[in-house]
Amino acid sequence: MANKDDIKFLSNPKIGQNRKKYCRFRRFGIKHIDYKDADFLLQFINEQGKILPRRITGNSLKYQRKVASAIKRARQLALLPYVADLLK
Amino acid sequence: MRNFEVTFIVDPVLSNDEIKETAQTYVKNITEKGGNIVFVNEMGLRQLAYNIAKRSSGIYYCIEFQLEDPSYIAEMELALTRDERVLRYLTVQLDKFGVKYNDDKRKGLIGKRKKPSADAPPTADAQEAKADEVTSVE
Repeated sequence: MANKDDIKFLSNPKIGQNRKKYCRFRRFGIKHIDYKDADFLLQFINEQGKILPRRITGNSLKYQRKVASAIKRARQLALLPYVADLLK
Repeated sequence: MRNFEVTFIVDPVLSNDEIKETAQTYVKNITEKGGNIVFVNEMGLRQLAYNIAKRSSGIYYCIEFQLEDPSYIAEMELALTRDERVLRYLTVQLDKFGVKYNDDKRKGLIGKRKKPSADAPPTADAQEAKADEVTSVE
């Protein structure tokens, strides 16, 4: 029979306690998003090169808009792809 | 006085002199029109994310400048479009945060991140934390 100590590890203890998302731009005081910094912008797009939604990144609306425009500018300059596969 | 930034990609097939000359032409034109060059950033040869005019790489240049009369921008863009040595360009007007960001970047205050309040080790930590979060969220 499994005692109480064994049962404790049967499920992932982290399930259920979801960490609060936050806007990194607000928290760290980043005011300007550089479209030339492709490595940084890579954090906000998925493998296919699509812009991740606010729901996932946790950005505030103000900075999500800035991120989106920076990514679009980077795409124009071929710093980021419009379409990709296995980008990361 | 407004701040602008023009980034363009020069054809890599050209010789080194021709590439330098291309960038110089625009720098010269801006100064002739009463502009004030803040900085010319030579970003060097980079792989393009997709092919442009059958080229898979290009030499990036970024000129930051101040201009009293913005009507020259249209003229400059027309010249860039007609210039066969330039694959692509993008002109952006910078706000005060953009100017500060570029300034800080030149001084080396921004390693990767903005806000020099924290030193190098904490920012690295913060960056890791961020990376963690993004991956965990995905």
